[in-house]
Amino acid sequence: MMLTDLTLAAARDGLRARRFSSVELTEAFLSAIAALNPTLNAFITVTAERARDQARAADAALAAGQGRALTGLPLAIKDLFCTQGVRTTAGSRILEHFIPPYESTVSANLLRDGAVFLGKTNLDEFAMGSSNMTSAFGAVTNPWTRRGDNAALVPGGSSGGSAAAVAARLALGATATDTGGSIRQPASFCGIAGIKPTYGRCSRWGIVAFASSLDQAGPVARSVEDCAILLGSMAGHDPRDSTSADRPVPDFAAACARGVKGLRIGVPRQYRADGMAPEIEALWQQGLGWLREQGAEIVDVSLPHSKYALATYYIVAPAEASSNLARYDGVRFSSRTEGDDLDALYENTRAAGFGPEVKRRVLIGTYVLSAGYYDAYYLRAQKIRALILKDFTDVFARVDALVTPTAPSAAFAQGEKMSDPVAMYLNDVFTVPANMSGIPGLSVPAGLDARGLPLGLQVLGRPFDEETVFAVGAALERAAGFAALPAMRAGA
Amino acid sequence: MSYMLQGSTGSWEVVIGLEIHAQVISRAKLFSGAATAFGAAPNSQVSFVDAAFPGMLPVINRECVAQAVRTGLGLAARINLVSRFDRKNYFYADLPAGYQISQFEHPIVGAGMVEIELADGSTRRIGVTRLHLEQDAGKSLHDQHPTKSFIDLNRAGVALMEIVSEPDLRSPEEAGAYIRKLRSILRYLGTCDGNMEEGSLRADVNVSVRHPGEALRTRCEVKNVNSVRFVMQAIEAEALRQVQVWESGEEVRQETRLFDPGRGQTRSMRSKEDAHDYRYFPDPDLLPLVLDEAWVAELKAALPELPDARRARFMAEHGLSAYDAAVLVAERATAEYFEEVARGRDAKLAANWVTGARFALLSARGVGIEASPVSAAALGGLLDLITDGTINGRIAKEVFEAMAESGSTAGEIVERKGLRQVTDTGAIDAAVAAVLAANPDKIAAYKSGAEKLFGFFVGQVMRAMAGKGNPALVNEALKRALG
Amino acid sequence: MSLDPAAIRRIARLARIRLDESDIAPMQADLSGILAWIEQLNEVDIEGVVPLAGGVQGVALPMREDVVDDGGVVDAVLANAPDRQGDFYAVPKVVE
Repeated sequence: MMLTDLTLAAARDGLRARRFSSVELTEAFLSAIAALNPTLNAFITVTAERARDQARAADAALAAGQGRALTGLPLAIKDLFCTQGVRTTAGSRILEHFIPPYESTVSANLLRDGAVFLGKTNLDEFAMGSSNMTSAFGAVTNPWTRRGDNAALVPGGSSGGSAAAVAARLALGATATDTGGSIRQPASFCGIAGIKPTYGRCSRWGIVAFASSLDQAGPVARSVEDCAILLGSMAGHDPRDSTSADRPVPDFAAACARGVKGLRIGVPRQYRADGMAPEIEALWQQGLGWLREQGAEIVDVSLPHSKYALATYYIVAPAEASSNLARYDGVRFSSRTEGDDLDALYENTRAAGFGPEVKRRVLIGTYVLSAGYYDAYYLRAQKIRALILKDFTDVFARVDALVTPTAPSAAFAQGEKMSDPVAMYLNDVFTVPANMSGIPGLSVPAGLDARGLPLGLQVLGRPFDEETVFAVGAALERAAGFAALPAMRAGA
Repeated sequence: MSYMLQGSTGSWEVVIGLEIHAQVISRAKLFSGAATAFGAAPNSQVSFVDAAFPGMLPVINRECVAQAVRTGLGLAARINLVSRFDRKNYFYADLPAGYQISQFEHPIVGAGMVEIELADGSTRRIGVTRLHLEQDAGKSLHDQHPTKSFIDLNRAGVALMEIVSEPDLRSPEEAGAYIRKLRSILRYLGTCDGNMEEGSLRADVNVSVRHPGEALRTRCEVKNVNSVRFVMQAIEAEALRQVQVWESGEEVRQETRLFDPGRGQTRSMRSKEDAHDYRYFPDPDLLPLVLDEAWVAELKAALPELPDARRARFMAEHGLSAYDAAVLVAERATAEYFEEVARGRDAKLAANWVTGARFALLSARGVGIEASPVSAAALGGLLDLITDGTINGRIAKEVFEAMAESGSTAGEIVERKGLRQVTDTGAIDAAVAAVLAANPDKIAAYKSGAEKLFGFFVGQVMRAMAGKGNPALVNEALKRALG
Repeated sequence: MSLDPAAIRRIARLARIRLDESDIAPMQADLSGILAWIEQLNEVDIEGVVPLAGGVQGVALPMREDVVDDGGVVDAVLANAPDRQGDFYAVPKVVE
């Protein structure tokens, strides 16, 4: 077995047993990146030298018996996390030259636990997108291809670079962020696992903001347990983020082995949307069957307002984004396009620095907050958001977790759905409700569609009950035995 | 006596509301750990939060919240136990995030009031609509480069309290009295230093005019006026302008204006149609600000005595006139200085000396009594020498000046300079005799009815005695001698 | 809800994003399409519902102590600036 094929847990055990070194492991990933990144474009920046330094330090720590949770394990960091001294672009031209003088809390937590950073992964510009097509640094190619078809597929988004890198074995795991599905949908498209934890579980400090009330960091990795291990390091209270939850971080990895016996699993009937692809419906039923076989009780539940979550999201997220992105004005850290006066400088800088999708969302957000429209859009959206949360609160009084498909389709081809923004937005129809309500959501690879592309199932849980989510996710993973491999991967 | 402007269509009443921006006294900024001190090197008191770097988040400073609560309590206002921070979105060079964190819909402090005293001795209660916390902006320097403005973010993110009055003020005088009184309260509370020159207190003035009895007419806002005098001038100038506009048959347009003190005029700010669409919405980086009732009670219990209460006490305890008491309490430092001087002494004498010393300092050096080189204890020592007859009032002024000059005590100066009052009647009689002998013509004039010459003789005798004669004994001796 | 070109210009102006004339029509189509899709929210009964602003419920705003523990990093603050003049950020002259 190649080192790059190891799960994060197996690599950790191998390092601890001194079966190989972190330098060897890191070099294996750096070689894989060198070989495949020109095709996949999963990384915007590769920090090879830094990674080698960290790997050497990790080997020394391991030799001295000072290994920590992630010592020596090579990871990729979504280029939305500010990394001290390493360019952080958010996938945008406007941050092309930005070198943060600080380290995000989440990436700092990973470094604290000994991780090795391979580089910064590609993403939709400012995390706005479901295809990674909006990155100013080019599209990311999904390592999977349709059977008998070489068309380049999207990896999903916005964490498409992270998901593609992990699926192609260019990293053991990666950080990602999820504002409307940006962890779970690309995980589903790339045949890997990814969890968006409860809002507040991971600090947002040092993560380039898209929509502050929805953004949450989380990991993507090749197994549910790997996600649990990574989340255990990433999570934790941060006094620098006023929305960070002041509560202990449980042993997520241990929860993966709990099993689902006696759990009540809800199936929201509204997710059975019109026109759901039959193979997705079938996979969903199969997943529920697996859980029933392992001792869970399947319960039909109702989330009457979830069908409005996506439209609500397209008020709330752009509104917050229009304000969050006002700081990119060409004065302090963003690229500048000159103008005759200050306003011309702003307008030219932002016209040149933002791509079309970011402009669309900033303008929509500006509009829904503008005088005369606030009540009709933003205030109404906040009220519907309250109703969406109430639906979940009511349902979680009766069930321990919900299981749904992650996305309404498998990965689509690059360039598809680009002409109609709303068609693209519909990718997130199953994932957005978790962001609107703040609850945790995990995507697990569960099967392949008719053309050999991975499909994920989503597990949703109560706020701050990621443990049950991991337990259910790991049960699905065990039953599914997902062993298919992407066409493009290290050593393939 | 109400203030009215006379126009060709009759008299006009002026309606004024004030928005005061008061910089909160705190070590660190409202949402960051950067310092707030005035006059630091450019951009040296700037954190990545203040400069709105990507991913930076605000965390509120507890002391700034406490200061807002104290101020609310000092204005007899309702404290809102739940308030909220909103973003006010607009682009400007000194606003790094492109939004100001402020409180729009749910301020921390609700309705309160300020009682003002007017020159005729009357008082008026002016309603305070609300007080909210918000971030200050940075500073643009326009005179450093021919084609560029320079941006210093040291002030960006410093906590401000915006204190909004009801449109209850009716004259420049009332507006001036309101600001002075508010400033006095803030200084008593220690929540704002009230220094208008350094910009820690700034006023936006809303002015409209109307014929008495009419509903309110369109108002204009005169922005960023930075002294009490300019506020009063700006109101008068703006009100006169509006009267002229209305009387010429045109309409006053609601707009933001600037006061030009050089010309004594207001002028329209380059305004844009979109300038006021601030797109307020709740700041998603912050949660609702929830105050613990017990904490508010604690802050209330620890409030200092405020000017109105102190004035009443000075009148009751020290028998001071309303006027003297008002003068003494206006500045917290003056009132405390006075109390120390007056402790165990004649309050009226203390009041006269403290008032006099304060004015002398203000006119000579432009500083308050807290900067006096003569401490309250030292001034008390001087008053003791007057009271026990060691020196007379006239000499006391000389001694005071010497104290200010040298830092010595009154006793030391009196001894060193030999300024003890002369009560020896023999010495006084001798001085009287010598003065009379030198002025036979004046004696004749006095005796033929020019009685005011008595003062001349007193002056001459005192002069002959180098000012040290006991004034009562000198008078007696002169009366005897002039028969 | 559809937006006319004047509305598009006004919003772009508010957001300080320059749109060329040729950008207006496609942006108008995109935004109008999105707003039309959002119209579905009008069928939700929101009578008496308390709006939900954020992702955190039932927690009071945490406060920091009044301690100076940041700032004093002039070079770091200015290092990424496209136009640094001395210890200042520079922009085209602002006339007030």
